[in-house]
Amino acid sequence: MILKGINASDGVGLGRAVCVREESLDYSSVPYSGKEAEKARLQGAIEEFNTRTAAMADHIREQTGPKEAEILTGQITMLADPFMLSQMQEAIDGGSCAEGAADAICTMYADMFAGVDDELMRQRATDVRDIRARLLSILLGVAGTDLSRLPAGTILVARDLTPSMTVGLNRENVVGIVTETGGRTSHSAILARALQLPAVLSIPKALELVKDGDGLIVDGGEGLVVLSPDARTRGEYLAKQKDYQEKMSALEVYRNQPTADADGKYYHLYANIGSAAEAETAAQSGAEGIGLFRTEFLFMDRTSLPDETVQYEAYHAVSKTMAGKEVIIRTLDVGGDKAIDYLGMDKEENPFLGHRAIRYCLDRPELYKVQLRALLRAGAEEKNIKIMLPLVTCVEEVRSARELLETCKKELAEANIPYDKDIALGAMIETPAAALIADLLAQECDFFSIGTNDLTQYTMAVDRGNAQVAKLYTPFQPAVLRSIRSIITAGKRAGIPVGMCGEAAADPGLIPLLMCWGLDEFSVSSASVLASRAQIHRWHEKDFRRIAEEAMGLSTASGVEGYLKATVNK
Amino acid sequence: MVSKKVKVINPQGLHMRPAQLFVSEMGKFDSTVTIIFGEKTINAKSIMNLMASCIKMDSEIEIRCEGAQEAEALDAAVKLVESGLGDL
Repeated sequence: MILKGINASDGVGLGRAVCVREESLDYSSVPYSGKEAEKARLQGAIEEFNTRTAAMADHIREQTGPKEAEILTGQITMLADPFMLSQMQEAIDGGSCAEGAADAICTMYADMFAGVDDELMRQRATDVRDIRARLLSILLGVAGTDLSRLPAGTILVARDLTPSMTVGLNRENVVGIVTETGGRTSHSAILARALQLPAVLSIPKALELVKDGDGLIVDGGEGLVVLSPDARTRGEYLAKQKDYQEKMSALEVYRNQPTADADGKYYHLYANIGSAAEAETAAQSGAEGIGLFRTEFLFMDRTSLPDETVQYEAYHAVSKTMAGKEVIIRTLDVGGDKAIDYLGMDKEENPFLGHRAIRYCLDRPELYKVQLRALLRAGAEEKNIKIMLPLVTCVEEVRSARELLETCKKELAEANIPYDKDIALGAMIETPAAALIADLLAQECDFFSIGTNDLTQYTMAVDRGNAQVAKLYTPFQPAVLRSIRSIITAGKRAGIPVGMCGEAAADPGLIPLLMCWGLDEFSVSSASVLASRAQIHRWHEKDFRRIAEEAMGLSTASGVEGYLKATVNK
Repeated sequence: MVSKKVKVINPQGLHMRPAQLFVSEMGKFDSTVTIIFGEKTINAKSIMNLMASCIKMDSEIEIRCEGAQEAEALDAAVKLVESGLGDL
C-alpha cells in the first residue's frame, strides 16, 4: 500500500516501523491529597521538567545546533512564569489535583496562542501542549517511549514530532519519520531537516494503518510512504536511496564554494521562496540571495487583506535572515489560477489573459500602496530588498508603479518613518510583449528577472494544464529560447542585471546557454542550489559558446532537448 | 499608581526574547506592572500573558505600575520599551 503525505525532508529511508503512541495521560483516578501536598507535587514536577529539559537542550545544541535548542530553553522560560504557577496553585486550592491544575492551565494557554493572528505566536501553542504532556507524564510517572534505545533501521511513526522527542532520539538508528500532522514549516519538518532524516508528514491515521515492526519505505522527496513493500519495490528504492546519497555527498563540496564557471567568472545563484519561513531553508541551502519571494502566501487562507504591519513583518523577517544578500520580492501576483475570495475579483472567460497581477494592482492603488509601503519600510535597515513587478506588458505599467512608489516614499518621509529611498524596481519578463520591448523596458527598470514558466505558456499560446497540448509547453522550444536570448541581450545592452527565476534556470541543459548569453543571476528552488552550482562549475567559456551555437542552430524542441541532454550527460 | 503611554518599536513585536527581557527586568521591582493594550489588561510580569496578547510593532501601549517601587518600575519599563527591548 502506498500512502501519500507532505514531502517535508528529502531522502529515502527503508526500515521497520516503531510507532510512538501517546501514553495515556488519564489522571481521573488520582486522589486529591490536600492543598499543600498537591502544590508540593506540582513544584516537584516543574523542577524535574526543568532539569530534564535543560539536559535535552544541551544535548540538542551539540547534536543539531543552537537554534533547535532554543525551542526547548524557551519552554523552560514559559513554565517559569510566576503568574501561570499562581493560576495552577489557585486551581489546586479549588480542589484540583496537581495533574488537573497543570492540564487546565496549559490547555487554556494553548488555546489562547492557537487563536492569535500571528503565525510565529501560534506555534507557541505546540510548545504549551508539549509542556502539558510532559508535566503530566512526570506527575503520573509514565515513561515515554524510550527513543534512545531504538533498534537499528527504525522508521518512527508518530502523531507529531515534538522537540522533546527528537532530543533523546538515537540518530544513528533512525532512518525515516512519518507523522499524522504537520506541514512543511511545522516544528516536525524543521527538526527532520535539521536531523537530515527523510520525512513524510500529514498522513492521516498513520498510527492506525501501521503496526510496530511493519516494513516501511519513506520517500521524503516525493512525499510517499510504502507500507509492507515487496522485494522488488524494496530493490527499486534501495537503488534510489543509493543514487540520492551519492548525489548528495558529491554535491556537498559545492556548499561553501562561490558560484563560478571553469574559467573563474562569477554568477549569482539565488533561491525561490514562497513564504517567510522558507528563507531559513534557503539560507542553509547555500543560496547567495533570494531571486523570487512570492508574496501570495500572505494573502491566502485569510478572510481579509493583510495590513501593512503583517506584510512588513514578513518582508522584514526575510530581509534580516538574508542580511547582506539580495532579496527580490514580487508584488502580489493574483488572478489567473490564483484566486483570492475576499478580493471579490470577477469571474473571467480567460483568466490568464485577464485582470491579474500588475494590471489588477494598478487598478487598486489603495491596496497596492499598502504592499509598496511595507516593502519600502522592510528594506530600511538592510537595504537588500528589490521590488519586482509581475506580468508587465508595457512601459506605462512600470511608470505607473514607479509613480505609486514615489508617492509612498513621500508619505513615509512626511510621517518620519524610515524606508529605503534607493529601493530597486524591476520587472518580471514573462510575456511575449515584454520580451519584444525589453530594450524599452530596460530604460525604465533597475533589473529584469525572466519568468520562464509564464513566458513559455504565453509564447507558445499553450495551456500547460491541458494534457492534449501540454507537449508544446517546454522551454526547449526555439521560440522560447530566442525570446530568452533577446531579453538577456537587451538587459545587458542597457547595463541592468538580468536574472531568471523560472524552473528553466535549474535545468542542466539550459544552464550553459544562459551562461553564454550573459545571465547574471540564476534563481532556483532551495533543493536545486548545490546541483545548479555544480553545473555552472563545469563549463569553460569556449564550451558553453559552442553548445549554445549548436543548440540554437537546431529547429525543433525535441532536437534541442535531445542535443543538450546528450551533451551535458557526457 | 503611575502610568505612561509608549509605542512598541520592535520589528517583530513582543515575541519570546523581548518579552523575556521585559518580564525579568520587571520582576526586580516591588510593584505590580500592568499593560493596557486595546481592550486587554495584561499582567506584565507574566511572559505567557505578554506573549499571548500579541503586541506588534507600532502598537501603543499604556504601562501602569502600582506599589512601593512604582516610579522606578515605570521608569525602567518605559526605557526598555523605547529602547526596543534588545531587538534593535
